[in-house]
Amino acid sequence: MLTFAEWDALRLSLSVVLRSVVLSLPFAVAIAWVLARRRFPGRTLFDAFVHLPLVLPPVVVGYLLLVLFGSRGPLGALLERTFGLQLVFTANGAALATAVMSFPIMVRAMRVSLEGVDRGLEDAARTLGAGPLDRFWSITLPLMMPGVLAGLVTAFAAGLGEFGAVITFASNIPGETRTLPLALYTALQTPNGESEAARLALISFSLGLVGLLLSELLARRLRRRLGP
Amino acid sequence: MIDIRLRKRRGEFALDVAFHLAGPGVVALFGRSGCGKTTIIDLIAGLLAPDDGSVHLDEAVLYDARRAINVAAERRRIGYVFQDSRLFPHMNVLRNLRYGEERTPGEQHVGFDEVIALLGLTHLLRRRPHELSGGERQRVALGRALLSHPRLLLLDEPLASLDLARREELLPYLERLRDRLSIPIVYVSHQFEEVLRLATHVVLLQGGAVVAQGDVVSVSLTPELRAIVGSEALGAVLEGDIEAVDATSGLARLRVGRGTLNVQADGLAVGRRLRVQLLARDLILAVQPPRGLSVRNCLEGKILRMTPEEAGAELVEIDVGGATVMAKVTANASTELALAVGRHVWVLVKSVALRGHVYPATAMRHATAGPEVASASRRVAREVGAWNP
Repeated sequence: MLTFAEWDALRLSLSVVLRSVVLSLPFAVAIAWVLARRRFPGRTLFDAFVHLPLVLPPVVVGYLLLVLFGSRGPLGALLERTFGLQLVFTANGAALATAVMSFPIMVRAMRVSLEGVDRGLEDAARTLGAGPLDRFWSITLPLMMPGVLAGLVTAFAAGLGEFGAVITFASNIPGETRTLPLALYTALQTPNGESEAARLALISFSLGLVGLLLSELLARRLRRRLGP
Repeated sequence: MIDIRLRKRRGEFALDVAFHLAGPGVVALFGRSGCGKTTIIDLIAGLLAPDDGSVHLDEAVLYDARRAINVAAERRRIGYVFQDSRLFPHMNVLRNLRYGEERTPGEQHVGFDEVIALLGLTHLLRRRPHELSGGERQRVALGRALLSHPRLLLLDEPLASLDLARREELLPYLERLRDRLSIPIVYVSHQFEEVLRLATHVVLLQGGAVVAQGDVVSVSLTPELRAIVGSEALGAVLEGDIEAVDATSGLARLRVGRGTLNVQADGLAVGRRLRVQLLARDLILAVQPPRGLSVRNCLEGKILRMTPEEAGAELVEIDVGGATVMAKVTANASTELALAVGRHVWVLVKSVALRGHVYPATAMRHATAGPEVASASRRVAREVGAWNP
């Protein structure tokens, strides 16, 4: 039913997005916590910076990543020297571009959920002998879990569709960086590629739908566990 | 021993309080809402930072502004029962109870089984907080705080969110805690009845300052309390030991000063100490020894003081021989009877008027507060109102 190239794009998409959400998860939780709980000078600016990928053209994000993480970019050169990790033109690079683009979505979901956590419960944990880290792991994190899961799933679904930043930073290499949207774009550029494009569109559509349904289901189960 | 001196400014509101409790027992912080009660216990717990002062608990210094000591809340070992319970919604009752216990290893003055039995939690362990009634939730919160092996227990209006029946259900548990455990308790309330039932020491608060403090008996006579509870709820509190119990009528004879009072408190043993509130509006004064009346209680005494009240009434304080009672009379009656300071009077009170105002006094004075105490308090509670076993 699906051609080898289509399977490849699907497999690659899932692998890239998985890497991207795993990479951004701890940072997203940390930044959501900082934005929800800390008051410091420059917080508004920091908040805006975190949300920047939402409003910038993806091509601009890709370009900035090239400047920073390219072989001659300051961070790119450092990573290549110390870990032998090359990001440009690789699946890891595609994952990084996807992670940056979906980061604000993830942070937002977690932050909203964290702001809903009753701080009185953390005070109660304090009087029961729990220190700051202990409180975070035993009270705050479990209570913001619906938001963490929602953030993960939405970032996963949105990441599947990332196009501009990926093609700019990681290029369009079959089997390495040609994810579903890139494959779809390529198919449209190819003579007689319409049926392939339609199938790829259907795959993307189904993946997104499954992702969103899954997230709703999880959220509902969590809510039931936490009670009304 | 607890010794508290605290100062805290929050915008327009300035708090400045000091109190001391020598042994175990219950300090009641009493006042209208907004007088700073909750702020005080937040400061004691370490959830808020004072501007100045000190918090001493036995030999430990938890806070001292001058010596720059400020022990973190999580290391103070002070149990806190919040008005809204604050049970962890993602844990069942058992895990809530164990939360504090796991974090305070070593110090075990109360055992898990003992706490569960004391608070009647055995059948609730597997439930989740949202499956509990308000009263059950507060019992679990109490148990959770107790199991963190606190050196001091703070209770912030634990009954405020409950309806009357649930209150009556929880009060005996609190009395049991007070009588069985040697942990000092700071109890915040705006219901004088709770104070009457539980407190050994009362701190009256108004606008962030202590306006009066002392034992329940002496505080019940202060004009400051009158200003807070209003003259309708005003009444002297007396404490006395049971001298005799009439098995058929269930009336217990209570020694009060030079006289005696007969109160409905069946099931209580001779020698038990009771606390009785005589509401000023329930008392009748006579200037001659009364004869031929159905009233069972008559105390003989001398007028100590007379204070004009609102709406043509007068508040008369009478020394009945080592104890003081207060009666409210109309100004007309006062003139007609020629009531005056130093005048010899007889104070009449119907036994039925005392129903609902009789409580077992704190067992502190009785060195052995065994199971007998708890069951006695339960019997009185049944007498007093809606106790559901």
